[in-house]
Amino acid sequence: MAYSDKVIDHYTNPRNVGTLDKSSHKVGTGLVGAPECGDVMRLQIEVDDNNIITDAKFKTFGCGSAIASSSLATEWLKGKTIDDAMAIDNMDIVEELALPPVKIHCSVLAEDAIKAAINDYRVKNGLAPIELEKSHH
Amino acid sequence: MNIPIYLDNNATTPMDPRVLEAMIPYFTQKFGNAASRNHHFGWVAEEAVDYAREQVAKLIGASEKEIIFTSGATESDNLAIKGVFEMYKDKGNHIITAVTEHKAILDACKHVEKLGGKVTYLPVKEDGLVDLEVLEQSMTSETILVSIMYGNNEIGVIQPIKEIAAIAHKHGALFMTDATQAVGKIPVDVNADGIDLLALSAHKMYGPKGIGALYVRRKGPRVKVTAQMDGGGHERGMRSGTLNVPGIVGLGKACEIALQEMDAEALRLSSLRDKLESSLTVLEESYVNGNVNHRLPHVANISFKYVEGEGLMMAMKDLAVSSGSACTSASLEPSYVLKSLGLSDDLAHSSIRFGLGRFTTEEEVDYAIEVTKKAVTHLRELSPLWEMFKEGIDLDSIEWAEH
Repeated sequence: MAYSDKVIDHYTNPRNVGTLDKSSHKVGTGLVGAPECGDVMRLQIEVDDNNIITDAKFKTFGCGSAIASSSLATEWLKGKTIDDAMAIDNMDIVEELALPPVKIHCSVLAEDAIKAAINDYRVKNGLAPIELEKSHH
Repeated sequence: MNIPIYLDNNATTPMDPRVLEAMIPYFTQKFGNAASRNHHFGWVAEEAVDYAREQVAKLIGASEKEIIFTSGATESDNLAIKGVFEMYKDKGNHIITAVTEHKAILDACKHVEKLGGKVTYLPVKEDGLVDLEVLEQSMTSETILVSIMYGNNEIGVIQPIKEIAAIAHKHGALFMTDATQAVGKIPVDVNADGIDLLALSAHKMYGPKGIGALYVRRKGPRVKVTAQMDGGGHERGMRSGTLNVPGIVGLGKACEIALQEMDAEALRLSSLRDKLESSLTVLEESYVNGNVNHRLPHVANISFKYVEGEGLMMAMKDLAVSSGSACTSASLEPSYVLKSLGLSDDLAHSSIRFGLGRFTTEEEVDYAIEVTKKAVTHLRELSPLWEMFKEGIDLDSIEWAEH
């Protein structure tokens, strides 16, 4: 199975690899997946007072498509409001990266990571976590 | 040096040009049907088949009359398992095999179970070898066949074949071995080893795809298998179908070359393999899978903890290797062979198999070492698990969301 050019691009030159200070109240961290399943994504966002995501970082243990999905997610997150970030759907990632059906779970994981990071940020700042539909897996 | 570099010789091998050369006349000028008894074309083909049968027999210390040509090891495995089960059903209905066998054996055994047979799937020890005591305990008066592979395709471990055969015989059972990965790579002798049935394939030893053989012992005891295809009664009635003469000629030539070059080649390959392994295991948290003292000379299976195999292979795109990672398989399950060694799923996901071969050069191995080291380092920089490990976080203490 060949990878799309966009997957190869994100895989070869991953954007926003790194770690934000998870103890900061401005930072939300989402850690999703499991080592036994072969994918773990950690996605972090830094949010300013206007609810705008000013920075995003990731680290991913997984296949090329999982790395590309999380790299793309961080690129999309920067500059978005929390509300807009919540609206990112895994199928947007599938479409952008031209992921084959067998790799859709990578995009699902990226969406889960975004939502987990947002909820971590909300909880840290005294807000109730957003109820997530438990449908994907 | 040509890029990409082929290091997947357990999947298949390139054909040796000498093999191709031997085969070519049998496609065009010498195209006869080896079963045509009444004219020149048939005789020429038959002569070629007879000669190849001797070449194959010689490599495994058999007599040429004991070689049944098939389409490959999968067919040989099926014919042996199902054929013995049918032929010896009055004697018993129990077969013993191991969990690390190739799917061709495991699935043939499952088929036998559907027909009312009983199958014991022996576990293996942490090093991939069958525990002889467990085998001994599993033998019953109903056991008709013990089928244990010679060398494993994923980790390369060599089973204690002689000892296993002796246990099978002591209890009156036949001993079969899928020797697809071993024949032509290490000395295999059906008499010295006590083998009653043996499956082999040409394309794993620099011969063509689509041709293989099943060795079926004729003396002490005389073994028979029930044919699994009906037809013209070729191959002593055990495998009907017009003989694939060019393929058979190729298999024969491949066996002849292997016999001549095996000793020197095994030394060369094991020294390259050791170089590869020792250079890669200097990387922190990397582990060689399987017994390192009893194994094929050309296989190294290494887990690089905290990186995922498919992602790793993508960074090693100049190398053709394979991985036990789930993502590389159709089933999305990590390698059952690695799991049966007791490896945790995450280590199975992190494994890479390097399969060296006759055409692998030292320059290529050196390049592979560099590429792999870089890829592992790069992916660990991307890996949250590696970061956590470095921070001293116990990954087992985290509640992962299984998905």
